[in-house]
Amino acid sequence: MSSITYLEAIRLAQQRALKEDPRVFIYGQDVGVFGGAFKATKNLSKEFPGRVLDAPISEDAMVGLAIGAAVEGMRPIVEMQFADFSTCGFNQIVNQAATLHYRTGIPCPIVVRLPSGGTPGSGPFHSQSMEAIYAHYPGLVVMTPATVEDAYTMLLEAVALEDPVIFCEHKFLYYHLKAESLPATVGEALPFGKARIARPGRDATIVAYSAMVHEALAAAEELIQDGYDIEVVDLRTVRPIDTDTILASVARTGRLLVVGEAWPWGGVAAEVISRVATEGFGLLDAPPQRLNAKETPVPYHPALWGTHRPTASSVANSLRQLLEL
Amino acid sequence: MPAAKSPKTKRSQIKSSQGNSADTAARELLRRAYRTMLEARLLEEKLAALYRSGKIVGGVFLGRGQEALSVALGVHLRRGDIYAPLIRDQAGRLAFGDTILDTLRTYLGSSLGSMRGRDGNIHRGRPSEGYHAMISHLGAMVSTVCGGLVAKRFRGEKSAVGATCIGEGGTSTGSFHEGMNMAAVENLPLVVVVANNQYSYSTPNDRQFACSDLLSKATGYGVVGHRATGNDLLDCLGVIGEAVAAARRGEGPQLVVADLLRLVGHGEHDDASYIPEAMKKSPLGRDCLELARQSLIEREWLSKEEAVSWHEAVEKEVEETSSKVLREPPPDPAEEDWNAFASPSLGRNL
Repeated sequence: MSSITYLEAIRLAQQRALKEDPRVFIYGQDVGVFGGAFKATKNLSKEFPGRVLDAPISEDAMVGLAIGAAVEGMRPIVEMQFADFSTCGFNQIVNQAATLHYRTGIPCPIVVRLPSGGTPGSGPFHSQSMEAIYAHYPGLVVMTPATVEDAYTMLLEAVALEDPVIFCEHKFLYYHLKAESLPATVGEALPFGKARIARPGRDATIVAYSAMVHEALAAAEELIQDGYDIEVVDLRTVRPIDTDTILASVARTGRLLVVGEAWPWGGVAAEVISRVATEGFGLLDAPPQRLNAKETPVPYHPALWGTHRPTASSVANSLRQLLEL
Repeated sequence: MPAAKSPKTKRSQIKSSQGNSADTAARELLRRAYRTMLEARLLEEKLAALYRSGKIVGGVFLGRGQEALSVALGVHLRRGDIYAPLIRDQAGRLAFGDTILDTLRTYLGSSLGSMRGRDGNIHRGRPSEGYHAMISHLGAMVSTVCGGLVAKRFRGEKSAVGATCIGEGGTSTGSFHEGMNMAAVENLPLVVVVANNQYSYSTPNDRQFACSDLLSKATGYGVVGHRATGNDLLDCLGVIGEAVAAARRGEGPQLVVADLLRLVGHGEHDDASYIPEAMKKSPLGRDCLELARQSLIEREWLSKEEAVSWHEAVEKEVEETSSKVLREPPPDPAEEDWNAFASPSLGRNL
């Protein structure tokens, strides 16, 4: 029976990190006895007294504290209650954490967990996908796990990394995604920074990450009836970005659709297309395409939200257009 | 959460009577503080000259007039403490262990400096030695120092303190507020020194805050407040010494507010013409270095001859160090790895 959710995998990864590494502590709003707004730290404060600390509503200071602790050798995990609120800690993330090693030679091993992406009814301020913003800054690793297994192993990798990690965990996947078990060994299946072929195919490549991997896979299934065999690449981390795996896939299929839940302007999809156009122009049989959220704030009503973000059906439509080009 | 403590004013603990070991310690502390102030002043005069002659690119930001307050914090810190100085803390930096050599290397962009030309001027430090390298965004260092103190608490290290400085303008930032509040919630041994130099760049205090006294913020945060006379070295040493000692005793965050005037522009590009002459001539505008020198000589803790010889020795050291650093290699773009990541596995494959 499938029993471990994506959310539970995140909780278990933190439990393991706390257990195995005395340098790890968790800091965030309501993460203590309450167990976090989404219960990603449920029971952890009881199991690890003094190491799962409630923070005041001060995102800037939360990240600042993590940075200072990391300088002194700790491995802090900061939970933002929602990815959207990380904008209040933006300065510390991009100006202090991201620059520290370059400027001083001292690493900044912090993990900032961002409950990301949209769910029905969440509206403009509890739905955002921030990965492109953070990936823009050199010095930040940005992870976007799409599976239960990756949520678990990549969070452990994030804690072990010497660099600051923005860990974009998707709220829609929290309860929807389940696995029977978790890998015992981290980094065994795929090394850190390596993309995954989520579905092999030969007619077109979809590059996606986080929740959009599942929309892409569903669209690929839909296109079987049209007689097409679609390859889906799950980026897993958007920075570093695994250009080699993307190019190898495009070399097989000749066609590229990049799907992201974030806005298109200057985003991850734009970066993927830029890289393929620059380094793999000759591999393309058609102009590369992207499908992103619509260019408005994320709407509240489920009917609007369901149209705002890419879905299996809109991905399938984009694929059909791409295949006709 | 303890009830908010009312701000209090601590008077100087340093007495002028002679003859016991406490007086000897006070004498040595004052002499060391003055010597460090002198080093900061003469070093900064050299930095200004190098800037005017085009040898320093970017900006030069001096602490002239603020050396007493700055040094008073630096001399009370010790190895194992955390110190995040700000823009006008050359004196405090030198007291904490920074050097004339590394200051010049950072300003002149020598590849041998701690920042290796990757950052410059006041943005320097050695975080692994508890000496944080400030970012330009004011207030940001408050919570960073808190984090270092939390780490020390996790490790069971007692008696270490963390300290940072800020101007009155920086107290308007959200970062400052968040950091102070967090320090109070965690009851951390943090000392924050506010140099109220009346102008945030050109903005006067009546456009910066509306409270009658910045020290009242201490009550709001639930931390202990102290007031020092910013250009009086003896007073600064006494007040900040007590604040640091209180933090070290586990009495939680301490906020020190000192009024003074910077006797120079915001940076060397700024003539500070917005500061009224009357204010410059008021007690606020008195030069802390000269006042400290007079005070030491009056107490016969420093002779006039010694003062002159110190001046000459520091001037010589600054000149010689400057000449040496000017001959050092600048960073070579071809030698740079152009990699912002610490993890070797990341490299340039991004």
